[in-house]
Amino acid sequence: MKVVREALAGTLESNDLLVRVSPGRGEGYELVISSEVKHQFGPQIEATAKEVLARLAVSGGTVVIEDKGALDCTIRARLEAAAMRACAVEAADIDWSKLK
Amino acid sequence: MKLRRSMLFLPGSNAAMLSTAFVYKPDSIMFDLEDAVSLREKDTARMMVYHTLSLPMYRDIEKVVRINPLSSVYGHADLEAAVRGGADVIRLPKTDCAEDIHELEHEVLRIEQSGVRPVGSTGLMAAIESASGVVNAVEIAKSSKRLIGIALAGFDYVMDMQTERGDGTELFYARCAVLHAARAAGIDAFDVVYGNVNDDEGFLREVELAKKLGFNGKSLINPRQIEPLHRAYAPTEEDVDRARRVIAAAEDAEKRGLGVVALNGKMIDAPVIAHAQRVLQRAEASGVRG
Repeated sequence: MKVVREALAGTLESNDLLVRVSPGRGEGYELVISSEVKHQFGPQIEATAKEVLARLAVSGGTVVIEDKGALDCTIRARLEAAAMRACAVEAADIDWSKLK
Repeated sequence: MKLRRSMLFLPGSNAAMLSTAFVYKPDSIMFDLEDAVSLREKDTARMMVYHTLSLPMYRDIEKVVRINPLSSVYGHADLEAAVRGGADVIRLPKTDCAEDIHELEHEVLRIEQSGVRPVGSTGLMAAIESASGVVNAVEIAKSSKRLIGIALAGFDYVMDMQTERGDGTELFYARCAVLHAARAAGIDAFDVVYGNVNDDEGFLREVELAKKLGFNGKSLINPRQIEPLHRAYAPTEEDVDRARRVIAAAEDAEKRGLGVVALNGKMIDAPVIAHAQRVLQRAEASGVRG
């Protein structure tokens, strides 16, 4: 999925995260993570984010995550929603087989 | 018999509530993708609910997902998320006729047959929110073997009837119609939401009415309403004593091969035994009230 526009998903409230995806150069993606619990869960958040982005085959964008202590399921949901918005994927075109 | 006294609504877009609501222990949790979610958050709420459904903390609570109507641009994707995510029950809003449920059932079957879960494992629930729905309540309640219950949704219904929420008079016919339809079909019936969360007395009056009429429970919008609702549905000690005696007499009669048995001069038949079992189930879940 090619990033074609900037998109946001989520909030900065507790237990949530804000994901910002914007178009970038090249084929891959750049991932930036900030989290209130980075010292404890940083590697786990990064692993989840990379897995989700790989499943969706996101390319050509920058993904910025501001985490406020979200559960793994919330991270997945917000990332998927932001990526689909940024890649202009409509509800009817979601490939459910690519979601965990 | 599944106990369904409380069905707690949770907005599908609220991360904090989705992450913690299991602690309130309602009988059912209803993840809402419809009215509680703004149009711009429909897509992200859908993904939130899809992933929340598999959280181990919700394993022991019945999980219901209210999707948007299938006629909307969101409905089909919502249904994919709910069925694939593992919802126990799909709640269809604005159900006006049996055909609405047939269409839903057809789509649920299609998704199940793609191999994501066993065929027939997804339950359905119809929310009746209009005069047409109330008039067609019997055909709706009998429209599918997957239906576990029907619910009356008060706000849209009173709008359709050109009236407003008040002391319950405005819902008198609809409550009775929905309840009778559910009982005729052998499924559960759920009363309306009580919107004023600061009016405890009004809430309890409405709970008492719903219970007396025979509703299995109510839809709730605030976790604070769960405990008083469960307490109101708890039987008295006298109810429990009588239920135990009924069950004991029925078991004794079965051992002795008797078809009919009496307790204190009153005949005990299958409906009396079923009622006694429900009383004991409620007592086990929330104790007895004084």
